[in-house]
Amino acid sequence: MIDTVKNAENTPDQEQPYRELGLKDDEYARIREILQRRPTDAELAMYSVMWSEHCSYKSSKVHLKYFGETTTDEMRSKMLAGIGENAGVVDVGDGWAVTFKVESHNHPSYVEPYQGAATGVGGIVRDILAMGARPLAVMDPLRFGRPDAADTRRVLPGIVAGVGGYGNCLGLPNIGGEVVFDESYQGNPLVNALCVGAMRVEDLHLAHASGTGNKVILYGARTGLDGIGGVSVLASETFDDSAGKRKKLPSVQVGDPFTEKVLIECSLELFEKGIVVGIQDLGGAGLSCATSELASAGDGGMHVYLERVPLRATGMTPAEILSSESQERMCAVVEPGNVEAFMEVCRKWDVIATEIGEVTDGDRLVITYHGEVVVDVPPRTVAHEGPVYHRPIQRPADQDELQANTPDSLPRPENLLELVKTMAASPNLASKKWVTQQYDRYVRGNTVLAQPSDGGMIRIDEETHRGVALSTDCNGRYTKLDPYEGAKLALAEAYRNVAATGATPVAVTNCLNFGSPEDPGVMWQFEQAVKGLADGCAELGIPVTGGNVSFYNQTGSTAILPTPVVGVLGVIDDVRRRIPTGIGAEAGETLLLLGETREEFGGSEWAHHVHGHLGGLPPKVDLQREKLLGQVLVAGSRDGMVSAAHDLSEGGLAQALVETCLIGETGARVFLEGDLFTALFSESAGRVLVAVPRTEEQRFTDMCTARALPWRKVGVVDPESNALEIQGLGELPLDELREAWEGTLPALFD
Amino acid sequence: MRVGVITFPGTLDDVDAQRAVRYADGEAVPLWHGDHDLKGVDAVVVPGGFSYGDYLRCGAIARFAPVMQEVIEAANKGMPVLGICNGFQILAEAHLLPGALVRNHKLHFVCRDQWLSVENNTTAWTTRYDEKAEILVPLKSGEGGYQADQKTLDELEDNGRVVFRYVGENPNGSRNNIAGITNAKGNVVGLMPHPEHAIDALTGPTDDGLGMFLSLLDTVVKA
Repeated sequence: MIDTVKNAENTPDQEQPYRELGLKDDEYARIREILQRRPTDAELAMYSVMWSEHCSYKSSKVHLKYFGETTTDEMRSKMLAGIGENAGVVDVGDGWAVTFKVESHNHPSYVEPYQGAATGVGGIVRDILAMGARPLAVMDPLRFGRPDAADTRRVLPGIVAGVGGYGNCLGLPNIGGEVVFDESYQGNPLVNALCVGAMRVEDLHLAHASGTGNKVILYGARTGLDGIGGVSVLASETFDDSAGKRKKLPSVQVGDPFTEKVLIECSLELFEKGIVVGIQDLGGAGLSCATSELASAGDGGMHVYLERVPLRATGMTPAEILSSESQERMCAVVEPGNVEAFMEVCRKWDVIATEIGEVTDGDRLVITYHGEVVVDVPPRTVAHEGPVYHRPIQRPADQDELQANTPDSLPRPENLLELVKTMAASPNLASKKWVTQQYDRYVRGNTVLAQPSDGGMIRIDEETHRGVALSTDCNGRYTKLDPYEGAKLALAEAYRNVAATGATPVAVTNCLNFGSPEDPGVMWQFEQAVKGLADGCAELGIPVTGGNVSFYNQTGSTAILPTPVVGVLGVIDDVRRRIPTGIGAEAGETLLLLGETREEFGGSEWAHHVHGHLGGLPPKVDLQREKLLGQVLVAGSRDGMVSAAHDLSEGGLAQALVETCLIGETGARVFLEGDLFTALFSESAGRVLVAVPRTEEQRFTDMCTARALPWRKVGVVDPESNALEIQGLGELPLDELREAWEGTLPALFD
Repeated sequence: MRVGVITFPGTLDDVDAQRAVRYADGEAVPLWHGDHDLKGVDAVVVPGGFSYGDYLRCGAIARFAPVMQEVIEAANKGMPVLGICNGFQILAEAHLLPGALVRNHKLHFVCRDQWLSVENNTTAWTTRYDEKAEILVPLKSGEGGYQADQKTLDELEDNGRVVFRYVGENPNGSRNNIAGITNAKGNVVGLMPHPEHAIDALTGPTDDGLGMFLSLLDTVVKA
């Protein structure tokens, strides 16, 4: 029997499995208070998913407010939409708006690597589409446990194939991302997915349902039993008696990239025809989320006729239809006079479209099923007024001990030349070609830079050559040692990577991956990281336009390294001026190191890989310096003074040299001063290795000096040598280096 | 020169093929999978992607599309037709070209810059290249291994119908390192690598692929 509102009123004392659905006693009590009765099964399903940590941000909300508080009007001036919308939108000039966002799909990807990762891509792409933008590119920051662990061999190939399988079939170039290994991700890999899209400024679409009488249209795939998760508790109760046993489908959704590709083209044609009032994608929490958010953000109520929803399974209950996370679905609000035109476009693309409801007077979301009312709620209480928690915060007792355990006493190596090769072959620094060659980076013909470049770059206008650059970064070890400074370092690195392509950084997004919010130590890391990131953005003068929080990333009571992945978006007026990562583009080039090198090994890749050590403090971060460095790089690109640039990060100068030589397929001779170990392997922030044509050397170094940016000549490019020569140490043939750098991942995963 | 570029649901590289036609000073004419109409074009490109999702054998559904019936008829009458990647798979399924494309031997999708040698510079699409010229273009496919029985391979080899061959390590297990082939008349060419992604060194590894579209221009002007 279907649990209707009438039934709920008549059976106030019926026991409900709210705890199994993840609701706390007081949360359930609040639902009863809002409704002045017990919720129906369908209402309970809606509230439980919408009030989950994933949808409601109940533990993070009080901290995330700080992003808004630290954003000045000036920082906001280029923002067309910000936090709270499906994705942030930035005005990038020439009448173009760019939207970008990164989201986590960690837990599904651990359970079912291929589909978890695939639907992670699908979900973020629909977020971008729902802003009215054409999705242009994706990138995927991934984190795994020990590279040689059996479970890593299970999840990594599946996740990589899933990202590739979905993205390639969707026709979106994959232009960057990260692959990081650390033991803390062993039982909890991180799969974050970023998408960037562009639209004309006037085409921005926001998710709201306005205008009484307007129609609500569900279009795209049918709704099935996949991705139902906790709500199956309700299903089993309803069905064991009446319909006998039925097969339950996995709670991880199954992706169909072909349907999504068609959905994208269909939606873009609908936007172009101007027949959409409001649009919302269906992601986590499915129809529950889409209908309540659309209604909550609009100026009226909504009536949905649930029996009209096209299903792919028989006998689904209203609660299941509302909670299904079947992929590749969108929900649009359309004026009645445009419904036929809407359907016409959907027919062209063979997309199923169904009018499932309408915008009503008043302020209730009413959902009926074959004429009986199964949901009657104030939509704001579902979508925007969920519970808010002030979780206890406590700096971990062992934090001081961790910081006191510095790497100073670790034995230094004797053979530095050998160490250059060892580090190049270490899993975190090794070439990620095994992963990225499974991703299409060329489709649509606008990819100007892609992995292994510092940042990805996409042309958005073929006439004006305007483009955007993107990078995502985070070093979880730095954040573990000092979450406040670590978050700033993640921001600094992403900012520097974007600047190293010649683009001007303009906006920030994030994906905050942490352990359990019920652990006060984790909440301290979270609070510190949010503060560090927000303060850092204020100092750089670029806004956070959106983000995502993923909690409960832990195995037992052990949390992952705090991992606030930071994505920075940059703008370049003319992509033909981009700076490549590899040397050798010009006949004669000088190598310059910009920035200062200090003895900084806390959280370094050397301490991690060689000694398995994590302790001390992360490198110092100076955001004013990062800003200056960025300005110099952008000026260098604009005036054609820089022929290659590569950011220094994990592995220090040694790794930057190895990569710039191998990517450019060109040798170099390097001369360094002082302690060579520090010069080569320290991870001091705020540094970039640049190659400048000899003819521009004087002009470029004069500019650095005039702007008080420290620089030092560290070598020359040598196209004849086919080796990396470090004066005082010896020579490493490029073939040998390439074997070390490119051999590691195939040896582990082929 | 008017060149039709077909879009099936799931086609991905149609915008790239259209751009390549424009770079060669041609007019790109979009053709829709459901239409029985080639709109009077001089040549057709069947571009890459995953037509209808390719959840069956790649290209197995697309060959039955209404527009393909027109392409088959026109190709048999001598119209220049180029199939790239999924387009090559579709032309093979449509029996305009012999053989089949199977899963890469290492089972992974492969996206890389690939050296090819031009083995036949007399087809409608390759006259601008020197014979044995080596060109660098992207390859990006999961099912790019060229397979055919020995008789077919001998026929292709003996009659110079192998148009492109992979240079260096074989990326997908193709027989005889075959990257692209032509029909007996030389008007239909199919290849797995993507010349349309190599028309500008800004967005591709080289502009080596443009030669195929310029070759077509010569062919059409001569005709």
